Amino acid sequence: MDILYLLIPLSAVLVLMIIGVFGWALHRGQFDDVEREGQRILQSDGSAVDADQSAAPDMQEQSRKVFSDPT
Amino acid sequence: MASSSTTASPVYSDTTVRLFALAAVVYGIVGMLVGVIIAAQLAWPELNFGIPWLSYGRLRPLHTNAVIFAFGGCALFATSYHVVQRTCQTKLFLPGLAMFTFLGWNLVIVLAVITLPLGITSGKEYAELEWPIDLLIAVVWVAYAVVFFGTVGTRKIRHIYVANWFFGAFIITVALLHIVNSAAIPVSLTKSYSAYAGVQDAMVQWWYGHNAVGFFLTAGFLGMMYYYIPKQAGRPVYSYRLSIVHFWALIFTYMWAGPHHLHYTALPDWAQSVGMIFSLVLLAPSWGGMINGIMTLSGAWHKLRDDPILKFLIVSLSFYGMSTFEGPMMSIKTVNALSHYTDWTVGHVHSGALGWVGLISMGALYHLIPRMFGREKMHSTRAIELHFWIATIGIVLYIAAMWIAGVMQGLMWRAVNPDGTLVYSFVESVKATYPFYVIRFGGGLLYLSGMLIMGWNVVMTVMNGKAVEARIPMVVGQTAAHA
Repeated sequence: MDILYLLIPLSAVLVLMIIGVFGWALHRGQFDDVEREGQRILQSDGSAVDADQSAAPDMQEQSRKVFSDPT
Repeated sequence: MASSSTTASPVYSDTTVRLFALAAVVYGIVGMLVGVIIAAQLAWPELNFGIPWLSYGRLRPLHTNAVIFAFGGCALFATSYHVVQRTCQTKLFLPGLAMFTFLGWNLVIVLAVITLPLGITSGKEYAELEWPIDLLIAVVWVAYAVVFFGTVGTRKIRHIYVANWFFGAFIITVALLHIVNSAAIPVSLTKSYSAYAGVQDAMVQWWYGHNAVGFFLTAGFLGMMYYYIPKQAGRPVYSYRLSIVHFWALIFTYMWAGPHHLHYTALPDWAQSVGMIFSLVLLAPSWGGMINGIMTLSGAWHKLRDDPILKFLIVSLSFYGMSTFEGPMMSIKTVNALSHYTDWTVGHVHSGALGWVGLISMGALYHLIPRMFGREKMHSTRAIELHFWIATIGIVLYIAAMWIAGVMQGLMWRAVNPDGTLVYSFVESVKATYPFYVIRFGGGLLYLSGMLIMGWNVVMTVMNGKAVEARIPMVVGQTAAHA
């Protein structure tokens, strides 16, 4: 069953990647206010975007600050 | 970012969405027609008319490739390109490359339609296409990944909506599965031999095969589910938190379940048992997602009575729940000893394929197509209702017939006389299956008829509509107004 020497490491690498991406998403604040994200797609055709959830770059800064500051 | 999005009044790039959506309907009809033909051949074998190109062994892979990769694939391309743009509020990254994926994917399908009836095959289930076509698939798939992840990367909304996570996992995993499983040594343009041999090859094949079910036929269509059910119901998903747990738990667990396809074979016992355990664990995330989708209608169940598109979407989830209960059960080795190699497996696959993948795709396309052609709804809502009932009755006939046939076959094959000889010869079990093959043919015919009604409805909708560009909401303008 030499093939397991390929498939198991391959799957293990994938799992590590999954954990890595999950960590990235968590750290970037992707899951900070989850229930509101479910609402958003219902509004997104027209009006829709909240001020504090809109443009990407500065918001990321903000969430990082929140993340690193326990208070 | 602010100035670029306000000056140009940007629109979504929906051309490829439209093309893939219409292609999905066409390939659905073709693939299901081939399925009905081979179902008829099982009941009445003379129907191959002695022509090699029409023989069961060649048409069966044509059927599976057409419904999974042509119908399902085009539906996934269409919906993923639509959902990723709407939820990221940006247009497709490299629309030209997206058009390349459309042309390339269709070329793959045309080549499959030519080579499979000619008997050109690598002999690997769900991966029958020969190496030059495999290379083309790999190129198209990488282009797909560039377009999809490029769009996510250039998004205007910070949060990546859960549907995009499912689509993303589906795209990455299918690329990996395809490349590893299709590794082969070519001996000519139309013939190659797998890079693996014997039980090694079987293990790679079912690592691929089961994850194709898990990521192509499940994760991708769950992406569809998490966008189109909330949109059609006008309500947010029941628990967004649960949808995130669903995603991570599902992709973590699926990868290890493949060996259950190789119970009681040369695969080591421990590997079979690991596969079985992970298959049982899979029940939890699967049902979590199913309940999350169905409960989206909580407090608004009346919508289900009036809206046939919601019927498609919600009933598809019930079939998802059924087949994700049945699957883990069949992966238990003692159950598998009865079910394996029987028509029960065929029934299980079709409860997932017709019930889950088919119905969710049809529901999503019914939602998507009128919007892509400047219409509020499909040409005929009553035709959608009719399609729903015909398809559902067809599925029930199909899977009930295959359940009964499968259990009967399993019991007949294992029946032993006191002196140790078999009670039944194989052909006696074939003969006993005949009425169930006829019922299955009837169920398939109903399902195909529903698809033809959909085809008519789509033609009428598109002919009376026209493709309109949809403007991307202005993120920055909204922010200013809000403040």
